[in-house]
Amino acid sequence: MLRSVLAGVFAAVVVGGCAPAGGSRILVSAAASLTDVFGAMEVAFEEAHPGSDVVLNLAGSSMLREQILEGAPVDVYASANRENMTQVAAADRVDGEPALFARNRLQIAVPSGNPAGITGLDDFARDELLLGLCAPDVPCGAFAEKALANAGVTPAVDTYEPNVRALLTKVETGDLDAAIVYATDVLSAGGKVDGIDLPESVRAETDYWIAVIADAPDRDGARRFVDFVLSDAGREILTSYGFETP
Amino acid sequence: MSGLDAQMVVRRNGFVLDVALEIEPGRTVALLGPNGSGKSTVVAALAGLLPVDEGSIVLDGAVLDDPTGRVFVPPEDRRIGVVFQDYLLFPHLSVIENVAFGLRSRGVGRSEATDTAAGWLERLGIAELVERRPGDLSGGQAQRVALARALITDPKMLLLDEPLAALDATTRVELRRILADHLAAFAGPRLFITHDPTEAFLLADEIHIIEHGRVTQVGSADDIRLRPRTPYIADLGGSNLFSGDAARGVVDVGGHALHIADTHISGSVLATIHAHAISLHQHRPEGSPRNTWETTVTRVEHFGDRVRVQTGAPLPITAEVTPGAVADLELREGSAVWVSIKATEIGVEAG
Amino acid sequence: MSRRNRPPVALLILALLGLALFAVPLVALLIRTPWGQLPALLRSDIVADALRLSAVASVSATLIAAVVGVPLAWLLARVEFPGRALVRGLVLLPLVLPPVVGGAVLLFALGRRGVVGQALEQATGLVLPFSTWGVIVAVTFVSMPFLVVTVEGALRNLDARFEGAAATLGASRWTVLRRVTFPMIWPSVAAGLVLTWARALGEFGATITFAGNIQGRTQTLPLAVFVALESNRDAAVALSLIMVAVSLTVLVVLRERWWKAL
Repeated sequence: MLRSVLAGVFAAVVVGGCAPAGGSRILVSAAASLTDVFGAMEVAFEEAHPGSDVVLNLAGSSMLREQILEGAPVDVYASANRENMTQVAAADRVDGEPALFARNRLQIAVPSGNPAGITGLDDFARDELLLGLCAPDVPCGAFAEKALANAGVTPAVDTYEPNVRALLTKVETGDLDAAIVYATDVLSAGGKVDGIDLPESVRAETDYWIAVIADAPDRDGARRFVDFVLSDAGREILTSYGFETP
Repeated sequence: MSGLDAQMVVRRNGFVLDVALEIEPGRTVALLGPNGSGKSTVVAALAGLLPVDEGSIVLDGAVLDDPTGRVFVPPEDRRIGVVFQDYLLFPHLSVIENVAFGLRSRGVGRSEATDTAAGWLERLGIAELVERRPGDLSGGQAQRVALARALITDPKMLLLDEPLAALDATTRVELRRILADHLAAFAGPRLFITHDPTEAFLLADEIHIIEHGRVTQVGSADDIRLRPRTPYIADLGGSNLFSGDAARGVVDVGGHALHIADTHISGSVLATIHAHAISLHQHRPEGSPRNTWETTVTRVEHFGDRVRVQTGAPLPITAEVTPGAVADLELREGSAVWVSIKATEIGVEAG
Repeated sequence: MSRRNRPPVALLILALLGLALFAVPLVALLIRTPWGQLPALLRSDIVADALRLSAVASVSATLIAAVVGVPLAWLLARVEFPGRALVRGLVLLPLVLPPVVGGAVLLFALGRRGVVGQALEQATGLVLPFSTWGVIVAVTFVSMPFLVVTVEGALRNLDARFEGAAATLGASRWTVLRRVTFPMIWPSVAAGLVLTWARALGEFGATITFAGNIQGRTQTLPLAVFVALESNRDAAVALSLIMVAVSLTVLVVLRERWWKAL
């Protein structure tokens, strides 16, 4: 009962915009780190499929997972790691098989010009610096912790941001001396942040998974969108935003 | 001079107040005027809540406000006791705290201020109200508390703004008497603001009529009644006012019996008869109303479309008639005339 | 209840509908609460730290609002100056602005490279973001308008003639404020303080954006709930329950004592 109420409210609030007359509306819940690339994906898809309207619901992967588990009428879920997708699949909320569609690697992001002189992961142990990570519950945070553990660094973290965009913003404004984010995020910030590659030994990569959600309100549209993301056109867009494709 | 000497010019939103007031110590002046005539502005200017634009206010030899001399004494340093319209007792303080407020504000210690305040409540016959809140007081009680609050600071002047307006008719008579006593006991100049001519006639030594921000006439109650200078004053003065003793439907006014409609009222009363309500006749009137007597005309005054006729013994009274009636009745000073008044036209209240 | 006093049915139905909007989520929260694990959850560091930080931040914000918000309300209500309407709008801005945006603008102003923040760091070494001071600033920013609005309204409604009467009794301006103005508007001030505190307790968006999220330093109860919601649902529910319990206790118990105006 409660779930259906929540789902109903979600549907009314998120999906309640204007529907294209007679067309299909595809609600895509995508990880925050996909904000830019899926924006481009939406435009390209809508050009290729006139009458279709892609609506993006962007948030941390785990937040999106919770919404879907609560019964939100989502068509497509794109997660920034495998684990969230596995949980959704385990709850029988996936239609078909999830597909790996992109990889992203972590970088250290520093404000443009690197005023604090960050050189690598070792600097994350320095208490006098202001350092940020994604919260451990979102993929970018989990991977960052793994990378730091691999490097044998115990970080002196000043903030665990709820998603990668919030983290990146604080690097852009110069309030953080360094943060660990995706390489794609560094690219998207233009000149405002510089990226420092992690050494091969600790280099952490993350997988992006996509799936059609069970009981998707627009199942055909959802399938078309997933196919588009996996197509050559989709891969080209992903590459142009700094993602690696399988 | 000691006392109050004020020339006040205040301009606000197109309204101009231009009033001069001189009040000697021990004298009561009533400022009588209709709503919107500028009475409240006078209160505000004297109390220091509003600076004058021109003129000066001098009290007891001290300049309180003088724009050309760049003097402005703020209200807290003026020592003018004010009883405000609606009294403005502080709702969050008890009666005794209200009365003690002025002393506490001037640095008197709590226990001393409370003792003095209790003394004032005693004097005003409201000692039992000490711990009450203003919200629980009747209008008459509130007025006395307000009076005590104003008097306790030993002000140099007493300013009363419509002190009786908020009261019902019965309470008003009683409070008017109390007020008269306390005005008489206060040594400094006293100014009291009202729109009720009866109050002004009864309480003031001198009446200033204010209309449209200007004083239009200054004089005694008789001057105002008998020699009005504007239509408003003529209307105000239209009431004949007598005090006497009532018993069984008759008021004895200095030996003359006035028959009234109210047969129950007894004791000391005030009887008012409006000038319009008095009929004049050349011969004894038919149907003989109860109050009929023959007398002579002592004075005839014309005010535009009406004429005020004053008559002599046995009960001097002023009637208002049309110029046509004056001609028909051949009224002039010295001519004989019959006066008649219906008992129902005589207003009576305990006084 | 006599027949005369019975409220109109239509009104009653609408009122109950309105009540349901508040009551149903609370009931849902109680249903979801893992009562068995509650004691253990409540003893955890995360909960204790968040509770302490929320108490510190909300009470500090309320005190700051009292010290600077009441004078600000007085300025808006009593002093005529050019651009007063604009200033009032400025004060109300946090009520309209999404708190996350509020946090972002605070970052622009008071962040390490912010207009004021940079000077502040150079002068005092104090960096507001990622510190408890930053939480207090963010929470005050969002909650103080409630106090200013309530007190300004009360000052406007206060009959200024009472203050005039006090002055004629010899009270200096300061005495008038202390003994007449302030006591007369106290019920509204108290109500405003409670609203401010309640808003401060629930503040999330500006806090996480401006002050970040780190346990024991900037992670208040709402932040802890948000983080827990993604990982440990039971902990999130337990934290929410604490917030509800604390605020309901304060709102219900204090009402009878000193803020009946609300």
